[in-house]
Amino acid sequence: MNDTNQGTTTLHLVLAWGFVGIPLAWGIYKTLVSALKLFQ
Amino acid sequence: MSLFSFLDRQHTIAGPRFSRWMVPPAALCVHLCIGQAYAFSVFNLPMTKLIGITQSAPDDWKLTELGWIFSIAIFFLGASAAVFGRWVEEGGPRRAMFTAALCFGGGFLVAALGVSIHQLWIIYLGYGVLGGIGLGIGYISPVSTLIKWFPDRPGMATGMAIMGFGGGAFIASPLSVWLMARFSSPTHVGVAETFVVIGLIYLCFMMVGAAIVRIPAVGWLPAGYVPPAQPKKLITNRNVYVYEALKTPQFWLIWCVLCLNVTAGIGVLGQASAMSQEMFPGRITAVAASCLVGLMSLFNMGGRFFWASTSDLIGRKNTYFCFFALGTLLYAIVPTAGDMGSIPLFVLCFVIILSMYGGGFATIPAYLRDMFGTRYVGAIHGLLITSWSVAGILGPVLVNYIREYNISHGVPKADAYNITMYLMAGLLVVGFFCNLFIRPVDERHHMTKEAEALGAAE
Repeated sequence: MNDTNQGTTTLHLVLAWGFVGIPLAWGIYKTLVSALKLFQ
Repeated sequence: MSLFSFLDRQHTIAGPRFSRWMVPPAALCVHLCIGQAYAFSVFNLPMTKLIGITQSAPDDWKLTELGWIFSIAIFFLGASAAVFGRWVEEGGPRRAMFTAALCFGGGFLVAALGVSIHQLWIIYLGYGVLGGIGLGIGYISPVSTLIKWFPDRPGMATGMAIMGFGGGAFIASPLSVWLMARFSSPTHVGVAETFVVIGLIYLCFMMVGAAIVRIPAVGWLPAGYVPPAQPKKLITNRNVYVYEALKTPQFWLIWCVLCLNVTAGIGVLGQASAMSQEMFPGRITAVAASCLVGLMSLFNMGGRFFWASTSDLIGRKNTYFCFFALGTLLYAIVPTAGDMGSIPLFVLCFVIILSMYGGGFATIPAYLRDMFGTRYVGAIHGLLITSWSVAGILGPVLVNYIREYNISHGVPKADAYNITMYLMAGLLVVGFFCNLFIRPVDERHHMTKEAEALGAAE
């Protein structure tokens, strides 16, 4: 059995990549901010 | 139809309108969570004050006891990847990701119980054993699926997932610190509650990955992609059965390649802070050293994607030649950078070394696919992960013990790492020759056409 009726839309792709990309970007941002603070 | 039939391989086959670009986020859902393991140390210090709160009480756990949690988890990562590799491969990615989510998320919940009743063995059992099994199954679960979806760019595809493992700590570390701050009070450290919340978050996040992952239908190829009529010399179009791979010299040479590359990288990753301060006393402070470690972690993550993608262009063997040749040169330069007092040169050497350390992890699945085919690549990758476990012991032991030996024999602290750096360079030379000796797998190890046809029909 396969899911032949389920096509992927652009919205699916945006949601899926956002779901993993946003937390990763947040984590990198937090790391960089704390690293920059150390130089101040 | 059983309750869990939606986890079966045949229920995971994608329809014709499914985009393969949905699969890397599914893999990242798992790898970003299990990459938390790199950040587990943020819990160590708070767990030494569970009773004393502001400072360690006599009955509080010691750091040495807590260090075993991570070691047990990494041991079970390697062991479960090796033991469950074939089960993961044959059952499909959804069942594996689902199981990994239950083990990893459940491991946190069991560990939370251990913290709340102050029983260390429950934490060993929870995060160490159960969580470690989740780490191992989760690590290998998306590998062969990604390779099948991206036959034109297998390095880039697996590099993306394994980059997630390197990047997981960037999320876990600030999230854990923030949660502990929220749950702490003058009478309470807040570790148990953080374990519960973080375990539930990871459980849900990994379940999303399990829900959206798909495998391609038999014979599916990306639009416009035509497999080469004549396979390249080092890229097979045949398959090798998982346990047959163990009988080939190629498996053990690649095992050594990964082990030596990781040994060199992991040794300096663990000691970078202390090493930089001792090589540049008074110039690199503890604060600046922690900056350096953060920078190295970013290169470790970025290198996974960069080098694995590059390997699609220049080939796997040439990529490892870069790691070993450039790595040897850089390790040999580090003592000179120390003698010259050149911090920029020292930092440059270390960030490139760490990018190649990450790149080594990320390029290995595609190397295995080139040698042994796609059918059992996930399971073979699982067996190969044992080299990581060995390197995880070898690297830090070499760096620490040689440093101690040098200092006890009167070598100044600033020079105590020189021999270690030359030794690491030597290990990479050995790795260079292991890589050099890798040839295509002999035909007698290939699966028969009948067995391959049977496997494809399953």
